[in-house]
Amino acid sequence: MDTKTAFGKIISIIKPFVKNTTAFGAATDGTRIIEDLGVNSARLVDIILAFEDEFGIEVDDESADRVRTLGDAVQMILQKTAPAL
Amino acid sequence: MVGVRLTPAQVLELMPQQRPFRFVDEILEVDGQRIAGRYTFRKDEWFYAGHFPGRPITPGVILLESMCQVGVVAMGIYLFALERSVEEARAWTTLFVEAESEFLKSVLPGETVTIRGEQIFWRRNKLRARIEMFAADGTLVAQTTASGLGVRNG
Repeated sequence: MDTKTAFGKIISIIKPFVKNTTAFGAATDGTRIIEDLGVNSARLVDIILAFEDEFGIEVDDESADRVRTLGDAVQMILQKTAPAL
Repeated sequence: MVGVRLTPAQVLELMPQQRPFRFVDEILEVDGQRIAGRYTFRKDEWFYAGHFPGRPITPGVILLESMCQVGVVAMGIYLFALERSVEEARAWTTLFVEAESEFLKSVLPGETVTIRGEQIFWRRNKLRARIEMFAADGTLVAQTTASGLGVRNG
C-alpha cells in the first residue's frame, strides 16, 4: 500500500469524529488528530479499532500512544502492513 | 498483582455513585461479558417534583444514567478488578463519554426496572456496552449503546 492510499483511508476513518472541519479540509501529514481536528481523545480507541479492521493489523498500546498526527498514523499503518522480509 | 473475580455485591460496594445519584439497588449477575442490575425508583426521588409537577415521570436522562451505572460503571469496576486488582478498581473512575439511546416506555414513581448490559469492547480503559432496561413485566423500556472511559482518580 502506498502513502496516498493509506492517507485516504485514514481520512475516511477519522472523518466522523472531526469537530474542526476547516482544519480537516486542509489536512496534511502534520495535522494533529486531537489538537487540530478537535477529535475527542476518548474516540482514539474507536479510531485505532477501525484501523485494525480496515487494515487487518493489530495495534498494541505502545504503537497507539505514538500516533499524534495523521502522518504518524500513515507511518504506523505502512509499517504494520509491510510484507515481512 | 493478580486480578480477582468480584462478586455482584463487591461490585456494588465499589461503585462511587451514592444517593441521591445512585440508580442501582442490586447487581444481579456479572461476568466479563454480561451484567444485570435492578433499581426501584423511589416515589420521593428529587427530580419528580419538577418532572413534571403533578404528573411525575422518570426523566430519560435518569434512565440513561441508570443503564450506564450498571452497564458501564459497574461492568468497568468488574473488568478493572479482573484484569488488574481491587485496588486498581478503586483507583479509577469511569466517566461517561458517548451514547446513542432510544426510550420506548415511561417509567413511573415506584416502578422497578431491570438493566442488562453486554460488553461490545474493553480496550485502553474504554468500555462500550449495549444496554437494555426492562419494566417489571419484561417490556423493553429503553436501550442504549454507551461508552465510558476510565480515568485515574486525581
